[in-house]
Amino acid sequence: MKDVLTVENITKTYGNFTALNKVSIAIPKGSIFGLLGPNGAGKTSLIRIINQITLPDSGTIYIDGKPLQPNHIQDIGYLPEERGLYKSMKVGEQAIYLAQLKGMSKQEAKQKLQMWFEKFGINDWWNKKIQELSKGMAQKVQFIVTVMHEPKLLIFDEPFSGFDPINANLIKDEILKLRDQGASIIFSTHRMESVEEMCDYIALINKSNKILDGKLSDIKHQFKENKFEVGLISENENLINEMQEKFEVTSLSKDSENNEQRMIVTLNNGDTTKDLIKYLNSKAQINHFSEIIPSANDIFLKSVANHE
Amino acid sequence: MNKTLLIIKREFYAKVKNKSFIILTILSPFLVVALGALIFYLGEKNSEDVRKVAYVDETSQLASAFTSTKTLKYVDLTKLGFKEAKIIAEKDYYGLIYIPKIDSLNQLSKGIKFYSQETPGLSLISSIESGLDKKIRDLKIEKLNIDVSILKETETSISIATENFTGEKSSKIGSILRMLAGGGFGYLIFMFIIIYGTSVMRSVIEEKTSRIIEIIISSVKPFQLMLGKILGNAFAGLLQFIIWMIIGGAILFAITIYLGPEAVNSTNGMPMTPDVVHQVQEASNNNIQLVLQEIKNLPILTIFFSFLVYFFGGYLIYSSIYAAIGAAVDSETDTQQFMMPVLMPLVIAIYVGFSIIENPHGPIAVGFSIFPLTSPIVMLMRIPFGVPWWQIAVSMLLLIVTFIGIVWFAAKIYRVGILMYGKKPSYKELYKWLKY
Repeated sequence: MKDVLTVENITKTYGNFTALNKVSIAIPKGSIFGLLGPNGAGKTSLIRIINQITLPDSGTIYIDGKPLQPNHIQDIGYLPEERGLYKSMKVGEQAIYLAQLKGMSKQEAKQKLQMWFEKFGINDWWNKKIQELSKGMAQKVQFIVTVMHEPKLLIFDEPFSGFDPINANLIKDEILKLRDQGASIIFSTHRMESVEEMCDYIALINKSNKILDGKLSDIKHQFKENKFEVGLISENENLINEMQEKFEVTSLSKDSENNEQRMIVTLNNGDTTKDLIKYLNSKAQINHFSEIIPSANDIFLKSVANHE
Repeated sequence: MNKTLLIIKREFYAKVKNKSFIILTILSPFLVVALGALIFYLGEKNSEDVRKVAYVDETSQLASAFTSTKTLKYVDLTKLGFKEAKIIAEKDYYGLIYIPKIDSLNQLSKGIKFYSQETPGLSLISSIESGLDKKIRDLKIEKLNIDVSILKETETSISIATENFTGEKSSKIGSILRMLAGGGFGYLIFMFIIIYGTSVMRSVIEEKTSRIIEIIISSVKPFQLMLGKILGNAFAGLLQFIIWMIIGGAILFAITIYLGPEAVNSTNGMPMTPDVVHQVQEASNNNIQLVLQEIKNLPILTIFFSFLVYFFGGYLIYSSIYAAIGAAVDSETDTQQFMMPVLMPLVIAIYVGFSIIENPHGPIAVGFSIFPLTSPIVMLMRIPFGVPWWQIAVSMLLLIVTFIGIVWFAAKIYRVGILMYGKKPSYKELYKWLKY
């Protein structure tokens, strides 16, 4: 798979403060890439460098294999975390102006904008000023402005802040649709549930360093601790004690009605799942067996704690 | 460059479509005229106040020096004697002129006194003095047995025609015109820089507080945005001045037709000494031709060309400083500490400009007209008097170099400042930003 964006050894310092220390990431085409990290980790600095708002001290950025150039601006759509619009400018006029700054012609921008307005059912907003709109409404306009020039790389910094759940869902669906149409998306957030739902790849930045990156499913695989949630039906009161002699077992619950006991069993080093099932089968009737996959949140917390 | 054009257009329309801009643009000339009329009216009202001044003339020779006018009435209290008259005058009159009995006319001219409750205005005293002067002079002539008609014959009115070595004629009226032209243009630049510099600063702060700034600069370079903003505002300002000129001209024209030419001695809003008013009046009464001639004699082309250069140079220097200030702060209330150093050179330039009129080629005048932060105002005030070309060249060169330097410097602060929120920066921090 080709990468739409490659960041190579980017370093950026402000005075004595290092915002980014030799950070490298690659964003595969047509994927949603989660850029994660605590506040002040350097996410925004990296995004600003990709947007050519600031220049890195060292390192290179490639878009489609070519070093970043001024005209790459029109290939990128950026929704910053600190965002807003001209309050006293009319919605339509403003969106067209911003699209023109991204290199669209006026005619083209008008057409695209009409399409989006119809899609969101907000045709009557055209001649309204931003200050007459609610915050959520303004956010919708902001989203349209970000994507209307159909860039191949979209960068969303905390895109759901300021949206109510219904509109957040609407935006989420639009983002997924854009991905399916071939756009690549960088998605910077600390809302982990949306990462879980949407991201194909993630990179974790902490204190100016990248500490983890890769395909989300691979990372999860890498972080799993061979723990299984097991439900066994047995009348043996001593079952857990017996099992604890062979495995690390934590009891979860006990259902006295059907004699089901729930527990977490950790696989011994060198054993396979097959061995475990075989053992369990010999002990009792298996009612439930599933591997515990760490959540993105767990991975996030664990990696940050390990790094510090 | 295309994007800069887009920004210029947006900034221009954002400014011009603003309601307060439209109202201010249309109403200002009328307001200025109305204000002028009000001041004129109040002044008239003030002087309509009739003053009664008593006199005691113990020589009984000078009474004819006191001829009452519309606003000044003289009352003879000689019969009452000085002491009595003083008591009455204190109660019922504005003041009392006391002429003691002194035979020698030379002594007399130093012995006359004026008593009054409050310190009298200069014009009152000088009108009394000139009446007495004339009378005493006439008495002296009579005493010396000189024929007054012969004396009349000797009266002359001299007006020296000055001419410089290259043959250009100059005159007093010419000097006044030069002063008006230079002062007017200099003041115009001063006003423009302050009004539109502040407007640029506000617009930068607006982009910062509305948080659109990061979206814009992900599409264009901060420098393009800054330049577009400055130029957009400049064009809006030019439009405003053109409209003012047209409306102002129309009003002036209407008033001229309505009141007749004598009433309007185009004062250009400049404070004039009575002497100047007198000169201009004399000129318009006696010799309109001469004034026209003098206007033709002004180095109009040089004035116009240098006005453009200094106007843009000065405006660009100051408005980019204003833009940097706007970028460094979060709200207009935080701008105070940075405004003083910006306003200082401008205010100094205006003071120097108006004080050098007496000696437009002195060392202070030359110095300030070359120093780039004051040259746009001071040099323009000097140019109508004729400035050696090398001084203009040096001044313009310095202006352009400074302009490039300051725009570079301002752009750096601007670039960092627009993305900084929350804290009010110190000068030390601004210095650090230069190195980012």
